[in-house]
Amino acid sequence: MSALLHQIFSGLAMGGIYAILALALVMIYQATHLVNFAQGEMAMFSTYVAWEMIDSGMPYWAAFALTIVLSFIGGMLIERIVIRPFAHAPVLTIVIVFIGLLLIFNSVAGWRYSYTIKTFDSPFPDKRWFGNTLMSSHESGAILVTFAVLALVYAFFRFTPLGLAMRAAAQNPASSRLVGIRVGWMLAIGWGLAAAIGAVAGMMAAPIVYLDPNMMLGILLYAFAGAVLGGIDNPWGAAIGGFTVGVLENIAGAYVVGPEIKLSVALVIIVGVLVVRPSGLFGRTLVTRV
Amino acid sequence: MEALLETRGLKAFYGPIQVLHGLDIAVQEGGITALLGANGAGKTTTLRALCAMVRREGAINYGGAAMNARQTEDVVRLGIAHVPDGRGTFVDLTVEENLRLGAYTRSDREAVKQDFARVYGYFPRLEERRQQQAGTLSGGEQQMLAISRALMLRPKLLLLDEPSFGLAPIIIKDIFRILRAINREDRVSMLIVEQNANLALDLADHAYLIETGRVAISGPAAAIKSDDSVRRSYLGY
Repeated sequence: MSALLHQIFSGLAMGGIYAILALALVMIYQATHLVNFAQGEMAMFSTYVAWEMIDSGMPYWAAFALTIVLSFIGGMLIERIVIRPFAHAPVLTIVIVFIGLLLIFNSVAGWRYSYTIKTFDSPFPDKRWFGNTLMSSHESGAILVTFAVLALVYAFFRFTPLGLAMRAAAQNPASSRLVGIRVGWMLAIGWGLAAAIGAVAGMMAAPIVYLDPNMMLGILLYAFAGAVLGGIDNPWGAAIGGFTVGVLENIAGAYVVGPEIKLSVALVIIVGVLVVRPSGLFGRTLVTRV
Repeated sequence: MEALLETRGLKAFYGPIQVLHGLDIAVQEGGITALLGANGAGKTTTLRALCAMVRREGAINYGGAAMNARQTEDVVRLGIAHVPDGRGTFVDLTVEENLRLGAYTRSDREAVKQDFARVYGYFPRLEERRQQQAGTLSGGEQQMLAISRALMLRPKLLLLDEPSFGLAPIIIKDIFRILRAINREDRVSMLIVEQNANLALDLADHAYLIETGRVAISGPAAAIKSDDSVRRSYLGY
């Protein structure tokens, strides 16, 4: 019983990481109706940047904050320089661009930091929290960070004028321009935010899965499964989906299929959801009056 | 009176297709100008051309200065609010958020608060539904919302695209009464596109009849309204 509980709780910790990355995917999906396949590799690269700063002696949380800022700027630059020229290109072209980005980040990370697996220390003191025996301190901390990210993102989109403008630009660009919103910049900021959020996911994942250029491949797949499960047009659905997938993955890995092929659980979830309920658990089925 | 908005030889294009062929129109300061004409004459396109939503050529003067180089996002910063064709509602946002977006370019918070009260005064129905998703409003309420969103800019010039479209006569009457009040009390100039010529000529002081992208006839609204031959050949009643 306690083994099962342990699986569930550590599944929640990984699920939180999937939830954050799913949120990043949703952010770009809502504005462009495209899934950024490079989101995971961008997060991986951000994590290496953090590692490099920590390795050079910077305190963890300073490196954490600086990495988020740099990732935000990097994400904006990618949108402005790489994605913008393809704004009116066919979907397939943009998918190719995303895959290109994925490969570039993966190989640049390998070239600069080598493919050797590195350890990435957890910022949380190695003492179990409140006598919690079910989760490691990093797992508890990662869940807290997840909730902090979700709360911040919620507050940003719900209560700030910029957040409102970004929601408006995503759903009705023509009307947004008419009220004076610079829609192009909103997209760039969306990419920046997605990259910054992804960086948090990477830094929380690295102490668990270790740091290497391929560390995010599986995580991106699970995050995508979580986003699809919760509804890819709904940030909160995607976050809940991420947590759910984390728990399912752990339980399936421990009791059903074994750790070797548990990645296929993600695929089963994606295919299953798309067949049974394509809009996801919390997604909106579009009904339009004609 | 001095012209607030004036176009000279305005041309507009959808891709390779030219829709406006040199349009000369003017809106007087504090006045209401109506654009009339059949479907496809280029009325909506004229409004879109003013807001740089289509490719265009020709001169556009606003408040004595050229505004040809302005992008859509910047036209609104001149105090020009556009109530677009199809109302342009942000359907997933609440009524209140829609209105807040109308004031997006303003930084005078206190005045914005007053303007909330003012538009809720014009359209109490919107205040009742302010936390509701705008997409769930009826057509008439969405039109009220579109006009209110434009008013939240505190515009000098209001561009209205078929405000009567698809609405019940009683609601149309209400909306036009309020438009007249806004024009008189707040000195908001208006350029209004309408299929319903009778309605538009009652509201406007000046009118242009547009035919395939050119001005066919122009003059004071009252004169056009009373000219039988014009009425029969262009307005069809």
